[in-house]
Amino acid sequence: MRNDFVKQTLIEMERNRDIIFLTGDLGFNALEPIRDKFPKRFINAGIAEGNMIGLAAGLALTGKKVICYSIASFLTMRPYEQIRTDVCYDNLDVKLFAPGGGYNYPTHGVTHHTIEDVAIMNVLPNMTVVCPGYSWEAREATSALIRHKGPTYMRLSKSPGEHYQHKSWKFQLGKGYEVRKGKDAVLISTGNILDMVLATAELIEKKSKKKIRVGVVSMPCLKPIDQKLIKNLAKQYPLICTIEEHSMIGGLGSIVASLLGQSPVSSKSRFQMFGIPDLFIKDVGSRNYLLAKVGLEPKVLSGQILKLLK
Amino acid sequence: MIQRTKKKTHKELEALAARARRHIVAMHYDSQTGESGSALCIADLLVTLYFNILDIDPKRPEHPERDRFILSKGHGAAALYAAMALRGYFPESDLKRYRVDGGKFHCHPCRDAAAGIEVSTGSLGHGLSIALGMAKSMRMECSSKKVFILVGDGECNEGSIWEAALFASTHKLSNAIVILDNNKFQGFGASKEVLTMNLARKWSAFGWNVLRIDGHSIPEIERSLREAKDETTRPTIVIADTIAGKGVPHIENTLGAHYYIPDEATYLASLNA
Repeated sequence: MRNDFVKQTLIEMERNRDIIFLTGDLGFNALEPIRDKFPKRFINAGIAEGNMIGLAAGLALTGKKVICYSIASFLTMRPYEQIRTDVCYDNLDVKLFAPGGGYNYPTHGVTHHTIEDVAIMNVLPNMTVVCPGYSWEAREATSALIRHKGPTYMRLSKSPGEHYQHKSWKFQLGKGYEVRKGKDAVLISTGNILDMVLATAELIEKKSKKKIRVGVVSMPCLKPIDQKLIKNLAKQYPLICTIEEHSMIGGLGSIVASLLGQSPVSSKSRFQMFGIPDLFIKDVGSRNYLLAKVGLEPKVLSGQILKLLK
Repeated sequence: MIQRTKKKTHKELEALAARARRHIVAMHYDSQTGESGSALCIADLLVTLYFNILDIDPKRPEHPERDRFILSKGHGAAALYAAMALRGYFPESDLKRYRVDGGKFHCHPCRDAAAGIEVSTGSLGHGLSIALGMAKSMRMECSSKKVFILVGDGECNEGSIWEAALFASTHKLSNAIVILDNNKFQGFGASKEVLTMNLARKWSAFGWNVLRIDGHSIPEIERSLREAKDETTRPTIVIADTIAGKGVPHIENTLGAHYYIPDEATYLASLNA
């Protein structure tokens, strides 16, 4: 996804000379094309994220559109107050693009694990929040967010192994995508955990003796979220599950639960969220290893969802 | 082009600063709120800035080719409102709407409150970074305009100030001019006792041109800010020694000045000051 982001950013910066790119001293082996093509509009702000967001606010207040880049944990947490007060309060045109998110830097340890970003970005007025699940979502979301006026946040994780896309799909802010149709349960996911969610849906159907059919929805845009789609899903499916590589507090699950519990969506469907529990994972290992530690693996998820379907 | 106005004499500026201080006392007396001392100490600085230094037009507050001023120590906002009212951004009668129900002005500046307030501040250590973003942008556009930022000595506790200070000197942002209100007190103690630092040496070590003045001497304020505007190779900081609570004798140079709520006697005395 990082390459999709870089390619699309080059296109957008070519089109719009008011776009300024700031990095918090990250982007080795990725951002060089942007730095080399637009040396006057590319600023390495140093390892100083608070100052970087303040600079971005100042640039935006003088008519620039500003992209800020750093690893998700550093970009969201260290300068959080600057994002809230300097950027969001005045609805400034500052775009946060964050490689990582979840356990996408798995063996880097707790400083690089980011299981809170969606929650803390989502709560900010004026902020748009996107976690692409596919390469095409990342590419088109980059374009949509850069052209959007106002603060935005996007996770840039590694693309899933498979490339799912229908010809008719076009990324729009506030839109989700039904990747797989089902009948008995739907799994809503956000971000690049999608491969694992699809594998879970397949495993549920394979294990089931009742010919259960499981739908899968990719929800790249978390704020604004596709309320219409969630409302339709609530009408169609007796069981709705959310699966995310994020704390179960404040992420996709919380957002969907709050919609299901009140009008206009208000649903009688059964609901269950899956995600990272309220704890720090201190184990060492690959992304899949860490996800398995919190039960985010097809074998465990399929078993739990099958129990709900009994 | 920005409409030029005739500069004020030092005597006129002194009278305007006194008027600003009267407003500050009245605003805090009427609203029965604190933070008066932090505003009183910067009245001379702001009046000089708004009348004789900043290239601005209150009738066209969003003019793209204007100097900008950011009050990074947002808790001195009453002085900003008073200086802006005197300069003609809004009527002086609006100052009655400070920190009251349905009012216009918070204790700390909000950009939406009035045209001409450049940035919302109040959390310390933010304003300088924002100002440098503006300065960098203006440099990219080959603008000759300047960005002035007023920070507090206590505010220099914040790490982000030093992140920004390094950025400014690295990028040679001589169009950024900091005024440091060195009133020697911060939230809960004397600045030198809370976190000890030699401000002049520290800013100099961070690559800044450092000037030091009496922050209540109008001629020194004006001379130093003009000198700062002429600097072309590095950012300048004017360290202005000020007196917390300036103009209200019984709170001058005290920690409590920051939180002082004027009583009736002080209010009445200020009317004749």
